[in-house]
Amino acid sequence: MIEFQNVTKIYPNQNRAALENVDMTINKGEFVFLVGPSGSGKSSFLRLILREERPNDGRILVAGNDLARLTNWKVPALRRKIGCVFQDFRLLPNKTVEQNVAFALEVIGKPRRFTKRVVPEVLDLVGLEGKHDRMPDQLSGGEQQRVAMARAFVNRPMILLADEPTGNIDPATSIGIMKVLDRINRTGTTVVMATHDAAIVDSMRKRVIELEYGKVVRDQNRGVYGQAY
Amino acid sequence: MRSNFVWQEIWVGLRRNLTMTIALIVVVAISLSLLGTGMLFVKQVDSTRTYWQSKVEISVYLCYADSANPTCHGAATVAQTQQLEQTLHAMPQVESVTYVSQAQAWALYKQAFSNDQSYVSMLKQTDMPPSLEIKLVNPAADYNIVSSAVTGASGVDSVIDEMNILDKFYRLLDGLRNAVVIVALILVVAAVLLVANTIRLSAFNRRRETGIMRLVGASNFYIQLPFLLEGVIAGLLGWVLASVLLIGVKSLLLNNLQQYFNYNVGLSTGDLIEVIVLAMVIGVVLCGVTSFLTLRRYLRV
Repeated sequence: MIEFQNVTKIYPNQNRAALENVDMTINKGEFVFLVGPSGSGKSSFLRLILREERPNDGRILVAGNDLARLTNWKVPALRRKIGCVFQDFRLLPNKTVEQNVAFALEVIGKPRRFTKRVVPEVLDLVGLEGKHDRMPDQLSGGEQQRVAMARAFVNRPMILLADEPTGNIDPATSIGIMKVLDRINRTGTTVVMATHDAAIVDSMRKRVIELEYGKVVRDQNRGVYGQAY
Repeated sequence: MRSNFVWQEIWVGLRRNLTMTIALIVVVAISLSLLGTGMLFVKQVDSTRTYWQSKVEISVYLCYADSANPTCHGAATVAQTQQLEQTLHAMPQVESVTYVSQAQAWALYKQAFSNDQSYVSMLKQTDMPPSLEIKLVNPAADYNIVSSAVTGASGVDSVIDEMNILDKFYRLLDGLRNAVVIVALILVVAAVLLVANTIRLSAFNRRRETGIMRLVGASNFYIQLPFLLEGVIAGLLGWVLASVLLIGVKSLLLNNLQQYFNYNVGLSTGDLIEVIVLAMVIGVVLCGVTSFLTLRRYLRV
């Protein structure tokens, strides 16, 4: 599903590579934790998958597309196959929960009938029953992140990228978030989650890829956050 | 394509930076109406010029008994007149030569000032110089050749070129037109900068929305269309105002000019429509292209 072949990314005016010679494959339906200290290249990894950045060297294959050969006008089609969740939720404050999720379908031109049917389903899936008409500022952090997950998942992407989704949420609520991600993963969606949260990684026992200074230092099935912790 | 979604986005965009939008509409309106006024002036000058150039003549005033000119020694003789007529007829640039006697000149004069008898009572027939009225084949090009051929010839009092009189009028109109066009062009530059700024502000105001649109895979076209249409709609609203102003310029200013002439050199409604349509094309293209170029800088994939 996601394949990095000797990928190196160096940002302009920086002498150190953000990612150096990264070579790995993430298969369809996998749940992968991406761990490592700040600046280790986790975000660059996710941005490369989204083709927000392009590698200086190496090849990236995402959902059957060679990103180096993907023309600009085909990038939106790639991104429709990828859902994204962030630490800061990125909801539209002037739209209701339902409108926020529907927005993701409206802007890719889905018909209104489809939107009307699918959005409530997804909101129920992430555990927001009865809160469809709330505004984001009437929700707790955990609930806001659920809205963001519903929006990322509403178009049934093949891949879900989560960049520290529990970073702004207390540990108890984080468990709920992880349950939703797990549920999404069980539908066959590949999930890649960058995180600092050792407790979550240790409790889930999924594949762990550890980055340090842009290099993969550990790739372990059913791994934990780190030996030191 | 969900058209009501696009319209909703445009409405939100225009409303959120209302002051910028108003400024934009006003500047577009003024620049387009000045540009249009310039174009109307060009048309007006052209239509009067063609009219007059076909009518323009050279008048060769002959000496007469009461002539004040020292080069005249009494009235021009019949022989002198015939000599002049022969010279002129021989020239290929001359279409026709007509002799106007003192009596005919007096009759024309009385007719021209029939509504102001004080002019008529001041003069009498013997004050009127007889003349040779020369019609040229190509007035604009041939005037100098013909006039110099007869200037200073014996029996000639003076040579009057109607082109000289008209040139002053044309210079005035041309200057007016140039001034209007220069101011219009400066305003067009201001309008372009304002469009760019408005679109940039609008893109900045909605960076949250556009960021999400990019992430969920909305096409560039879908992301940019509301902004593009925002610029074009502001341009169109400016154009509507400009059209009203142009109709005003035509009916209040140029039609008033017409009353100073006793023949029709006025602009038709067709000319006005042509200018208004041209202004619309310029306004829409200018706003659209500027928006598009601004968006390429501020809404990258």
